[in-house]
Amino acid sequence: MITLDNVTLTFPDGEGRVTAVDHVTLSARPGTVTGITGPSGSGKSSLLAVAATLIHPDSGRVMIDDVDAAQLSAPEATELRRDSIGIVFQQSNLLPSLTALEQLAVMNELGAPHSRGKRAEVAAHARELLDAVGLADQAHKRPHQLSGGQRQRINIARALMNDPKVLLVDEPTSALDQERGASIIELILRLTDERNTSTLLVTHDLVHLPRMHAVVNMVDGALESVRGEVRGEVPVAL
Amino acid sequence: MFVAWRDLRFARGRFVLIGTVVALITLLVGFLSGLTGGLAAQNISGVLSLPADQLVFATPSSKGADEASFSDSNVTEKQATTWAVADGVVSANPIGVSQTKAESPESSTAIAIFGVVADFDDTAPSGDGKVGLSEDAATGLDVTTGDTITIAGTDYTVEKVSGNWWYNHTPVVQMTLDDWQGYSATTGNPDAYATAIAVTGDADWDAINADADTLSNSVLLSLTAVSSFRSEIGSLLLMVAMLFGISALVIGAFFTVWTMQRKADIAMLKALGASTSSLVRDALGQALIVLLIGVGIGIGVTALLGALMGDALPFILSPFTTLLPGVVMIVLGLAGAAFALRSVTTADPLTALGSTR
Repeated sequence: MITLDNVTLTFPDGEGRVTAVDHVTLSARPGTVTGITGPSGSGKSSLLAVAATLIHPDSGRVMIDDVDAAQLSAPEATELRRDSIGIVFQQSNLLPSLTALEQLAVMNELGAPHSRGKRAEVAAHARELLDAVGLADQAHKRPHQLSGGQRQRINIARALMNDPKVLLVDEPTSALDQERGASIIELILRLTDERNTSTLLVTHDLVHLPRMHAVVNMVDGALESVRGEVRGEVPVAL
Repeated sequence: MFVAWRDLRFARGRFVLIGTVVALITLLVGFLSGLTGGLAAQNISGVLSLPADQLVFATPSSKGADEASFSDSNVTEKQATTWAVADGVVSANPIGVSQTKAESPESSTAIAIFGVVADFDDTAPSGDGKVGLSEDAATGLDVTTGDTITIAGTDYTVEKVSGNWWYNHTPVVQMTLDDWQGYSATTGNPDAYATAIAVTGDADWDAINADADTLSNSVLLSLTAVSSFRSEIGSLLLMVAMLFGISALVIGAFFTVWTMQRKADIAMLKALGASTSSLVRDALGQALIVLLIGVGIGIGVTALLGALMGDALPFILSPFTTLLPGVVMIVLGLAGAAFALRSVTTADPLTALGSTR
């Protein structure tokens, strides 16, 4: 479970500061997808960056299970991202030198101790995830040999490699057509349910919002409207 | 090293190119080191072989000169005696050094004459009228023990052929000190006693030098008294040093550009949870692999060409002229690659969010 409690984030802007995230409180439970929408510059990506521990908020707490990520040092935050947070980037951000299978296996090679002994187990897990995103037969291909939709599926599978508690998804359909975008959203909903992750999904694409368990709308850094949708267990958007 | 190995495989063209550059620089460094060693051996191996703790020279006669020189030194008998009787001195053997031409019935060659006392070393002749030849002198003159050679119109019997000592690019021929003094007299230097004194023992060198009006140095430091040695070796070593510098620069520039191109990948890996230390290990490991392969090939080709060259050039093939420069290349290459680490340590994982790659 991830809870953002009264989070505020500002950036320097000339002699003053501009508020990117303004006292946002938000919680997402395991097995649910919470959509975050809003106009460009409303603070959606900044909120996601705070949730991903990539930037410290000026104030507030970012609770991932029982850990306040806002209080962690940089190395501790790195370890938390490696172990507990999956990030799906807007663009697939795949490494050009790695095959699809290796894009997933690289998650075991990020500096965690004893990773060498886990390689066989990791390879099996990677194959299972590739199968789960429908790319079992593309395991040996490199990014330039895959379509945009396939690359995005690998992006999602990679984010799930370390069995994260929290999945953070940044506009996953922005580079895809309507049909492929819908299938990616479907995939995220299914994997969130299967893997019981607490998922925050930033999107501009309003057509997908009805399928989310909850939706929040951001304007000028603040949550303006909130909708909780009943689908299985109700997530809480405060 | 997971990503590093796969980058090497994927971008093999670029890495083959930089590996080839490293191999070529190693080949150049190896060749220059081998030539430097070979030329040095032809210049000073005769001096290095002298059994002495200190070599004593007359104080320079030239105005303003303050360093000893084989070509300028002219030690007197009185100075030799002062050294021989000094406290702590075990032996003080005068040595005459000249360069001239020797002739045999079959051939003639330029030689260096060392006039020494009997039993000075293994090549020293036992008496007047006899000479001890280093192997290359014997080869050049096409003579062996028992044959006769002529130096400055005087015949000498070859008593010994041993060692392979050179002085100032000419092979060494040893004769008695008396014969050397006779040779000097016939070539316009009738008062010559010796050029230097080979001293063994453990004495107050400064005090004896002051007493005898001489200069002394260890054998190693005395090498600068061979006039051509310093300029020749200095030039070659400067070239080797510049090649080392170029090597570090080339490797550093390559990996700086390479790492800058990968900065977005590095930011993304950091966003996924990669530790900076693991990324640094990856980057340096990649550079080390390129260096090991490039330097290995360079050393291999140097050794092959050096072996094929035989005696065509004064070239020494040894760990000192191949492995040592190779290790220096690797260390300097890694230092160059370390400059590229700034791109690794400063890559901001935040840029991975919303990036448009």
